[in-house]
Amino acid sequence: MTVTDDRPASVLGTRLLRREDPALLTGEAKYANDLNVPGALHLAVLRSPYAHAKILSVDVSAAAELPGVVAAYSGTDLSGLWASPMPSAWAVTPDMKNPAHYPLASTKACYVGDGVACVLATSETIARDALELIDVQYEPLPAVVDLEDALSDRVVIHDELGTNSSYTWDLKIEGTEGQVAQAFADAAYTVSERFIQQRLIPMAMEPRAIVAVPQPFGGDMTLYSSTQIPHILKVMTALTLGIPEHQMRVVAPSVGGGFGSKLDVYAEELLCVALARKHKVPVRWNEERGENAVATTHGRGQIQYVELAADASGKLTAVRIRIVADMGGYQQLITAGIPILGAFLYAGVYDIPHAYDFSCTGVYTTLTPTDAYRGAGRPEATYAIERAMDVLADTMGIDPMDLRKRNFIAKEQFPYTAFTGLVYDSGDHLKAAELAAEMADYAGIRAKQATQNVPGATKLLGIGQASYFEMCGLAPSRVLASLNYSAGGWEAATVRVLPTNKVQVVTGTAPHGQGHETAWSMIVADRLGISPDDVDVLHSDTAIAPLGLDTYGSRSLPVGGVAIAMACDKVIDKAKKIAAHQLEANEDDLDFAGGSFTVKGSPDRTMPLAAIAFEAFTAHNLPDGLEPNLEAQVTYDPPNFSWPFGTHICTVEIDTETGNVEVLQYVAVDDCGNQVNPLIVEGQVHGGVVQGMAQALYEEAVYDTDGNLKNASLAEYLVPAASDVPSITLGHTITPSPTNPLGVKGIGEAGTIGAAPAVMNAVIDALSGLGVTDMPMPASPHNVWKAIQAAQGASK
Amino acid sequence: MKISVTVNGTAHESDVEPRTLLVHYVREVLGLTGTNIGCDTSSCGACSVHLNGEAVKSCTVLAAQADGQSVTTIEGMATDGVMHPMQQAFMENHGLQCGYCTPGMVMAATSLLKENPNPTEEEVRIGLEGNLCRCTGYHNIVKSVLAAAAK
Repeated sequence: MTVTDDRPASVLGTRLLRREDPALLTGEAKYANDLNVPGALHLAVLRSPYAHAKILSVDVSAAAELPGVVAAYSGTDLSGLWASPMPSAWAVTPDMKNPAHYPLASTKACYVGDGVACVLATSETIARDALELIDVQYEPLPAVVDLEDALSDRVVIHDELGTNSSYTWDLKIEGTEGQVAQAFADAAYTVSERFIQQRLIPMAMEPRAIVAVPQPFGGDMTLYSSTQIPHILKVMTALTLGIPEHQMRVVAPSVGGGFGSKLDVYAEELLCVALARKHKVPVRWNEERGENAVATTHGRGQIQYVELAADASGKLTAVRIRIVADMGGYQQLITAGIPILGAFLYAGVYDIPHAYDFSCTGVYTTLTPTDAYRGAGRPEATYAIERAMDVLADTMGIDPMDLRKRNFIAKEQFPYTAFTGLVYDSGDHLKAAELAAEMADYAGIRAKQATQNVPGATKLLGIGQASYFEMCGLAPSRVLASLNYSAGGWEAATVRVLPTNKVQVVTGTAPHGQGHETAWSMIVADRLGISPDDVDVLHSDTAIAPLGLDTYGSRSLPVGGVAIAMACDKVIDKAKKIAAHQLEANEDDLDFAGGSFTVKGSPDRTMPLAAIAFEAFTAHNLPDGLEPNLEAQVTYDPPNFSWPFGTHICTVEIDTETGNVEVLQYVAVDDCGNQVNPLIVEGQVHGGVVQGMAQALYEEAVYDTDGNLKNASLAEYLVPAASDVPSITLGHTITPSPTNPLGVKGIGEAGTIGAAPAVMNAVIDALSGLGVTDMPMPASPHNVWKAIQAAQGASK
Repeated sequence: MKISVTVNGTAHESDVEPRTLLVHYVREVLGLTGTNIGCDTSSCGACSVHLNGEAVKSCTVLAAQADGQSVTTIEGMATDGVMHPMQQAFMENHGLQCGYCTPGMVMAATSLLKENPNPTEEEVRIGLEGNLCRCTGYHNIVKSVLAAAAK
């Protein structure tokens, strides 16, 4: 018998229920707007009703006189508070044009919702009432709503830039000049499509909320914010306000969803901190939903020109992409980089030669700034290639599944060095596609379609597929350097064994619904051979977890979780020195399993971690020179991205008389490598799929030509309800990542990446018999009906 | 104005402005912050509570309208430190992620089962359409409610 045989089955890979849940289910959890802070003043922000206007004058005197109002300020009044403009961390090109952007505009408003004045009052209602007493004189200017109109510079928004174009970023493959043009000249088939990625409003269920608490005499400042990025926010707030970083603390309490929209440094965060400093009292702000719709960043917003070249067998020979990306009125934290995150993925999961040409121009409009939204650049890229593949299959007259199989990167080709130089860690696209096809009964639905979609039929069946690759686990710091991003992509972890063998884990990830406390406790339990109940996970407070780069880009597990596993291994290494000393054995002769060290071949000479933890605490008998603690810190910089993949298949039925699309079945087969907790993985996919489905069928930020957002509420912006979406059928393949010790990949964004193209391919497939070849998202009844009418008109 | 409201079994006498909404009353006057606010158009249902045992959106009820009535918030669902079967079902079926919609969802779901103890999946989906969730895609919420019904 060996010790290993006694080891309990690992908790890793089990469906452990979440430890986060009881507090959330009982109302015990505290979100930022639940915090009770005595003496706090309430901030309210007056927002521009114009998309584009000169600010001629701001008179706050009447507001300042309202009983309960402590102060009212224009943008000019506060201009002395900022050490620098609001941060933009991603200058994608050296000559990128980026206007100075301050928490309140003082000379010009650049979108509806741009803050122009603010009030501090003793209650939220008084503060909001006072806004109505502020008199702002505007000179309205023409709005710039359309991206290609913006590119024309008919109206230049930021005079000091002289143009609306912020940057043009090209991805050219060195040594391949002329190959793309040659491939298109030689192609048996070509595809040329223009797709629109409509603007989306993230609509996390918790609007943003902020409390800034100063210590006027000590100098310290604590910022509580509904944020995904407490660590980045701390550095950026310190820099923007000139506060010494060591005196700045940021806490993200329970955070009610983010989806990228809380991955930012917002005007209201800076206003609360600056005004708390100025007035020497706490200042708080709660976002209303209507404000959230205009003052929190939007997602997507691109025009995509997609060209594919293929040989006679349908094998792709070149990909050429032109993107126009909507920055909005200003850049927020990583606005410019969002489309660039997709730049590497426009060839999707396909084995293409080194013939790839990508160019993206970022352009300012007079709309709410865009920034990260679940998937951030990668759903857009996947949509473009996957829709274009269906168009190619249609052109060739072959089944789209068949076309994809002819082009998949084969399992044997991994690790696969792509044309971009990036290495795809592992994958088996064919297996995922075949599993999805089997689960969806792809052949059966095709057969049913042949009998159902006959001339005159009013209920049309469609089936659509998307196979995706996701570049996630942001990110190897050197790759970020090559993209001119101003920070690294590492993550920090500390694992600390307490004297009673309970374990504290300190992580730099910042969960807002993902269940990190549960998942990280499982990693530690597995590594150290203890129960997850004995592990406490500390996070989201820069005073407790000072190092970290937070949660976005499906990075928390493949970077932060891996850092924790590595810190556990360092703890075991140190514990081994203590065990060897105590057991009078050579370190090389010790095995560690089930939470105990045992001398090889002598099962009775054993020392459990609990005893070692206590020895480390008393320090009575440690090896010479060994520090009396049992803890380790790791800062892990991933050597590669992680590359989850999968195939989603959607089946729809469309009523041609009403234009209504009903999703009959949705099958998602995702491969995120080894799964720490399948329960959590499934939840991420469910939610992601519905968010992608929402882009395909329901959601769009609708603007009029004057730049007014016409659906700035949850009554008008169609976040799907339970009755709007189906249950989802999940399958998984497991192809571990070879680049990290857990073999894991990210899963937070995969569902969203696969869903929009799968749904839209199904919609177009259903309508193809009517001559419909494309339509803009969302495939609302109106858009579907219009597409049918247009196709029918064209065919008459 | 003076109101007397029984909240989670405890009688409260309060003096409130006539315009005070029930959601602001429970959150700000009584300090019961488990009831969340997610919108300003009565669309999201995050603020759902029970008024005399039936789910209402507490942003569309004045505190004054609750005078003499009985209100249950999420804090009143557990008994003797044990979560309500609906709360347990949400935990067991991973029916929540960020948790912000969850208190309202639990209140709406318990009210739904009171009306219809054995709903179909479709009836659950339609019954919860006044409560929005951005994290779960509803899949596990529906599963949780069906599981609670089966208990």
